[in-house]
Amino acid sequence: MMNSAAPLLEVASLSIPLPPGLDREYAVENVTYTLNSGEILCVVGESGSGKSMTANAIMGLLPSYLKPSGGRILFRGRDLLTMSETELAHERGRSVAMIFQEPLSALNPLMKVGDQIAEVLLVHGERDSARREARVLDLLAYVGLPDPSNLRYAYPFRLSGGQRQRVMIAMALALEPAMLIADEPTTALDVTTQAQILELIRSIQRAKGMGVLFITHDFGVVADIADKVVVMEQGVVVEQGRAGDVLNRPQHPYTRRLIAAVPHRDGQNERASTIGEPLLEVRNLSKVYRSGGGLFSKPRVVRAVDNVSFTLRRGETLGVVGESGSGKSTLGRCLLKLTDVEGGEIRFRGQDLVPLTPAAFRPMRRHLQMVFQDPFASLNPRQTIGRILTDGPVANGVPLVDAERKARDLLGLVGLEPSAYDRYPHEFSGGQRQRVGIARALALDPELLIADESVSALDVSVQAQVLELLQELQRKLDIAIIFITHDLRVAAQVCDRIAVMYRGAIVECGPPSQVFDAPRHDYTRRLIAAIPGLHWDPRAAVA
Amino acid sequence: MKTLEFLIQRLAKAVMVVIGVVILNFLLIQLAPGDPAAVLAGEAGAGDEQFIAQLRAQFGLDQPLYVQLLSYLKNVIAGDLGFSYRNHVPVADLILERLPATLLLTGSAFVFSLVLGITLGVIAARRRGSIGDSVIMTGALVFYATPLFWVALMAVLVFSIHLDWLPPFDMETVGAGYTGWARVLDIAHHLILPAVTLGLFFTAVYTRLTRASMLEVMNLDFVKTARAKGVPRGRIIRRHVLRNAVLPVFTFASVQAGQLVGGAVLTETVFAWPGIGRLMFDALLQRDYPVLLGVFLVTATVVVAINLVTDLLYRIVDPRIEATG
Repeated sequence: MMNSAAPLLEVASLSIPLPPGLDREYAVENVTYTLNSGEILCVVGESGSGKSMTANAIMGLLPSYLKPSGGRILFRGRDLLTMSETELAHERGRSVAMIFQEPLSALNPLMKVGDQIAEVLLVHGERDSARREARVLDLLAYVGLPDPSNLRYAYPFRLSGGQRQRVMIAMALALEPAMLIADEPTTALDVTTQAQILELIRSIQRAKGMGVLFITHDFGVVADIADKVVVMEQGVVVEQGRAGDVLNRPQHPYTRRLIAAVPHRDGQNERASTIGEPLLEVRNLSKVYRSGGGLFSKPRVVRAVDNVSFTLRRGETLGVVGESGSGKSTLGRCLLKLTDVEGGEIRFRGQDLVPLTPAAFRPMRRHLQMVFQDPFASLNPRQTIGRILTDGPVANGVPLVDAERKARDLLGLVGLEPSAYDRYPHEFSGGQRQRVGIARALALDPELLIADESVSALDVSVQAQVLELLQELQRKLDIAIIFITHDLRVAAQVCDRIAVMYRGAIVECGPPSQVFDAPRHDYTRRLIAAIPGLHWDPRAAVA
Repeated sequence: MKTLEFLIQRLAKAVMVVIGVVILNFLLIQLAPGDPAAVLAGEAGAGDEQFIAQLRAQFGLDQPLYVQLLSYLKNVIAGDLGFSYRNHVPVADLILERLPATLLLTGSAFVFSLVLGITLGVIAARRRGSIGDSVIMTGALVFYATPLFWVALMAVLVFSIHLDWLPPFDMETVGAGYTGWARVLDIAHHLILPAVTLGLFFTAVYTRLTRASMLEVMNLDFVKTARAKGVPRGRIIRRHVLRNAVLPVFTFASVQAGQLVGGAVLTETVFAWPGIGRLMFDALLQRDYPVLLGVFLVTATVVVAINLVTDLLYRIVDPRIEATG
């Protein structure tokens, strides 16, 4: 739409040194790329690759201990790095706007959403409050939010994640900036919400002719929206080019590795032959949450798990897929009796767990173990890995010497150094911690492992390794796994069967091929259609 | 609607708490050594058994304990706090007469410490690591750690005796007979020392709390969003950081507000301030139990009422509260 010859944004040999004593010298080193108006440029990389750093440098939002040491950031021909704070503040929000990853924390919790949008207009000189109000309502309607005149007075905590991100986008669009920086804007959202937000960003970008700098770790998203791609590793740009070229003919080994790690349907994973007798039979399980309610008001009732039935056999992996609020995590908690259930049966090795008292259930706990989502929060930071791994067995009556020997064996099994035994969780990366979490679950020789979003917080390449580890362990130990995830691609890669949950109920259950190729339920079809990069085959790219 | 329901529930609970406090205080006071009749008789100069027994009968002290308690409870519910043994005036009158002086003192201290504490906390947080920050935080630590009575005595020594800037005692200049604005100024002049002394501890608390809370909020994502919107720094501090950082300060301020009536005993005694605190202190020494019980009742009621008001205000200050119940 814009027809100026010069690029909208030109990042030229930008280097930002890290404070001394860290694992590398530069946060980003010698980074060069350009963005034109009407173009979407995706910056892809794993955590720590420096992909967000350049975006923050463009906005002048770097923390005070990070100062660019070289290079230029030319925006419409003017170097942003030499601008004063006042000049920058003038440009921010007006000609360059930014949206962030976590839509809850990115909005001021004590300010009505309408006021937060109006503030952009106010600080950039719109003094007339009636005009501000009109514009706020226009924007809310434009980004597809329902009932703007009421929603304008809502506080952020009243909105869903997708709605909050729409508010962020409305705020960014308030002054029709020439450039939008989106820093992982859909990472915290459900797939269907993600698809909607991506569609919104793309349609706005086309309508306004903006240049969009889109930062992501997800090649599926890249395949959906990018015109150009920049791949970063360890602060360095390793490859860049047109989206079609980078996605389908990746040159650099790192890009090829990343693309190979993208979860995908593995045609060879139907291993029905190895599956044994039924281990867990769930019949008509229900769980209801009641909230609010008092003397005069009716409580709000949510059927978190609604009449769920399934059978799990030894050596089988059942994927439980659904969006946030679908009840998939509650189902996991019910199976481990971490929460009460309203009705139904959970038959484990033929015995119904539901009527058991906590004391009667305790000896059985070791057979059912859980691997949690957040590898940072689920390990006690004050305990050594050895202590974490031996605690469970010792509590179950295993002599300490035996538990220690077993713990050291387990570390090897999950691919960690033996020296990890005496170290603390903070010395490990996210992927390594998740390995510790798996080892901790395995320390009790469980027959059933529940993995609740266990790879969601990990980078794709680490995710691929952990998934491989889980599959290998399952082959070796013949355990049954319930794999709870929001990511259909991951589920398709590792599961023998997939159960799709929607509003507490299992709406569809079957092998991946059936769920993907012949989905029976409308919701499943919507979920599949929302998978980013559906039309792109990562395996063909690296074959 | 929800707020109304909440209010009714809390009011019912508050009444129960106050009645419980009355009963507990009544019983506790019986445990204290000393006999009011003996003290009164001693002061009257007559010590014979008959006179004391007569005094006991006059005040109902010869009745069994539960009868005394029941009649006291009945009177309190009817709004009658009883008669002072010594002064022969209704307790309610005594308290009402002293209450304004105390509220003036504690209220001034409250406002003083909130305004100064938050201001200093904001300055310290904005200039984190600077000399100004160090000076403010050191001062806050000193006044946080120093006992109140010592600060009071030193203040009298320095500002009244050595410098002769401020009057050390009482609420007004005795015998001056000021009226109108002259009287207001005179009282304000007398107010400075006790109010500042009383408020310094909480000033220190608010300073530390505000600074810590501001620094925490400054690192939150929405502050970055505000910067990305192009909001000037001053406005970010006021509208985004301070607004969120003030929540813990608010919680602590409600603790101080609860002490509006009962928290100034020491200060009132040192500065001879004619308030409730001194009334209570004197009543204690003279075993004037109806007065003591009356003061306890008023103090407890104020604490309960302030708590209720705080919880209601919290729903306004933080809109997320109502949603979670």
